Amino acid sequence: MAEIMEKAAATEAATTPVISVRGVTVDFPLRRGNFRAVEDVSFDIMPGEVLGVVGESGAGKSMTGSAIIGLIEPPGRITAGEVLLHGKRIDNLPPDEMQKLRGKRIGMVFQDPLTSLNPLYRIGDQIVETIRRHLPVSEAEARERAIGLLREAGIPSPEDRIDAYPHQFSGGMRQRVVIALALAAEPELIIADEPTSALDVSVQAQIIKVLKRLCEKHGAAVMLITHDMGVIAETADRMIVMNKGRIVETGKVGDIIRRPKEDYTIKLIDAIPSITDPIRVHEKPPAQTPLVEVKNLVRDFDLSGSMFDRLFGRTAKVVHAVDDVSFSIRKGSTYGLVGESGSGKSTCARMMVGLIRPTAGEVLLDGKDIWQAGAFERRRKVQMIFQDPYASLNPRWRVGDIVAEPIKALGLASGRGEVEDRVADLLERVRLDAASMRKFPHEFSGGQRQRIAIARALSSQPEFIVCDEPTSALDVSVQAQVLDLMRRLQDEFGLTYLLISHNLAVVRTMADDVGVLNQGKLVEQGPVDKVFDSPQDEYTRMLLSSVPDISKIV
Amino acid sequence: MSELTQTAKPKGAVARFFDSDVWFSFRRSPVTIVAATVAVSLVLAALLAPWIAPYNPFNPASLNLMDGFTEPLSESMMGNYFVFGSDNQGRDVLSTILYGSRVSLFVAVMATLFAMAIGISLGLSAGYVGGVYDSVVMRIADIQLSFPAILIALLIFGVARGIIPPSQHESMAVWVLIIAIGLANWAQFARTVRGATMVERQKDYVSAARIMGVNPLRILVGHVLPNVLGPVLVIATIGLALAIIEEATLSFLGVGVPPTQPSLGTLIRIGQQFLFSGEWWILFFPAVTLVLLALSVNLLGDWLRDALNPRLR
Repeated sequence: MAEIMEKAAATEAATTPVISVRGVTVDFPLRRGNFRAVEDVSFDIMPGEVLGVVGESGAGKSMTGSAIIGLIEPPGRITAGEVLLHGKRIDNLPPDEMQKLRGKRIGMVFQDPLTSLNPLYRIGDQIVETIRRHLPVSEAEARERAIGLLREAGIPSPEDRIDAYPHQFSGGMRQRVVIALALAAEPELIIADEPTSALDVSVQAQIIKVLKRLCEKHGAAVMLITHDMGVIAETADRMIVMNKGRIVETGKVGDIIRRPKEDYTIKLIDAIPSITDPIRVHEKPPAQTPLVEVKNLVRDFDLSGSMFDRLFGRTAKVVHAVDDVSFSIRKGSTYGLVGESGSGKSTCARMMVGLIRPTAGEVLLDGKDIWQAGAFERRRKVQMIFQDPYASLNPRWRVGDIVAEPIKALGLASGRGEVEDRVADLLERVRLDAASMRKFPHEFSGGQRQRIAIARALSSQPEFIVCDEPTSALDVSVQAQVLDLMRRLQDEFGLTYLLISHNLAVVRTMADDVGVLNQGKLVEQGPVDKVFDSPQDEYTRMLLSSVPDISKIV
Repeated sequence: MSELTQTAKPKGAVARFFDSDVWFSFRRSPVTIVAATVAVSLVLAALLAPWIAPYNPFNPASLNLMDGFTEPLSESMMGNYFVFGSDNQGRDVLSTILYGSRVSLFVAVMATLFAMAIGISLGLSAGYVGGVYDSVVMRIADIQLSFPAILIALLIFGVARGIIPPSQHESMAVWVLIIAIGLANWAQFARTVRGATMVERQKDYVSAARIMGVNPLRILVGHVLPNVLGPVLVIATIGLALAIIEEATLSFLGVGVPPTQPSLGTLIRIGQQFLFSGEWWILFFPAVTLVLLALSVNLLGDWLRDALNPRLR
């Protein structure tokens, strides 16, 4: 009898979903009213399935993950619906029983591997502890298992590395350890919240593969939460598109990406640039004469440390952040500079706007070195747009004063009335209401702030604007608008851009020429279509092939 | 979320304050409301002393030794009524407290402002310039912080007395005290401002200003300073409470303000002479006032620190 029951249970296990979310609503009672973070969300994940959850910031995707594992920050709570793990309700469990579920039956992988690992314990101890807390095995067996898991996660020579501390691993390796840790107790479900967003593209691709392979092998279902449609395209079977706390569309990944049905999804997919997109066509083709020339630019950083080290004759450690880089930018064109973190692209940008002095080489604007004869002209003609629109605007200043700062600093207008007229005009050009000038930055969204930053950059009527990751802090739909604005302004004012980005697809849709930086050296450069379609350098090829892109649906 | 916080039209400063999280957290904390009420009434009482004090304790003509040592809530032999009693010279204790808090608060506020001025300018410049200048300034601050503040104040006070001619001692005493306490407390401000400046200096809005060639002084005053004032406000409040106590300690030790112009500390020093002969009120009421003043200001500082710290919200 018991045997029959067991068999029935086994067949049922294959058809019942691992996790079943039914009409879950999460509310945050705040003093300015109730904030509904998640509204009536329902979905199932079957055993072995990878479900992708995409959405822009504030869509409620991470909150849905937190609701499943019962980790919603107070005062938020689930106000309606239920969460079933293998048909058993878990959202109403007392905290200590929920605690036992986490790690044992539901594993977690977060964006920042440093916060998931305790920096004071060896990684082996952390994995062994997790295994022994949840499975009835001896210390030696657990250690054996831990080594096995680390090997599967792609950690080279795990027998030696198991006794290392988290800080002794690189970001990508650390994330592999986190994945091994999440799988340690053989959970049925893994919730991965932006597991690769903090990593470089080349590492990102490997981590996605590891996550997918391990979950397949161990039969764990995966809920993959990300803002990056490219990651979903390469990984997930089914996907959910969320917006403002609600599910907009559910379906097979291929179906949604190729034939989105809902308006929101259509717009979202449309806004995502791809490395196969057609390249940009200017209204007026850029001139052939260069506006900016970078010649043999070098920047060293001295890492040899304190005076004591030098006194005691320790050898000087010098890092070549930028190593003999030369390129030129045609007037009215966009030059894209791509590379992974630490490739020296931001250092390059900072030398070109006058923030860091080059160790050697020169930056010429109209034939004059901006660090020598052209230093004064540079202040008006060169401006910069920064990555983080939250940090690039002084929070204590009104928008009008922020935009007017270059006008005032350079004495480009006299009288309050004239300054105000110019600010109003600039705000309108970046499609913001002129009345915005009396507000403070915190009253605007990220995309609007970036427009304010663009208005400020334009206010000195510059010829050359350095854009350092101008859209990487923004959601895709906002990114599309900002990029579109940048293109239009370029054609309108004949601006020359240096566009720095780790996002190859953005560079493809914006730039005329592109340079690829790797460890401070320019490994390849040329017209965008040539570099993207037939890359000559090994590194460029690797970079292009590892980019998660929506054109690469599994 | 954005719909909730986005406001339709720009608001004035007053409306923004009443809409702010700081005001919200104030209304939510009964302890803070009580502390604020106590602090405000003590400050008001001190400011209005000449108008609300029942007697003028420093007018020798109105003093009568026959009024001396009257117990609280009773009439003296001369028919004068004293709520908090009177001291050995027949001065009304309530009135001396009102006038005394005036002196105490004046010294404490001026000393804190002085410490702020030094600390902010040194901290800002050290944090922004960095290098050797930063090391020198901060090492001096470190050395100073390793001494008790009161010791430094005593030292400065002693030196100042040696320099100033004795005939000027009485009139200069308050200013010497202010400088002594101020110089003893600048290091806290300098440290905090330096740290905050080093964070702000890295931010892109400072880079943007540098790119357009704004001069460093204007960047410091226009951009960095407004953004480091939050923590300064907190230290200033707690520093004010410390300054009140330091002033009282110095005056208690007899090196503070002269007895003709007594502060709370001076009153306590006078009062303790009579404590063991049964005239407790001469000590008790000034001491309670001092405690209430320091405690309420301290509580306000504590609340302000929590209210301005987004992590604790």
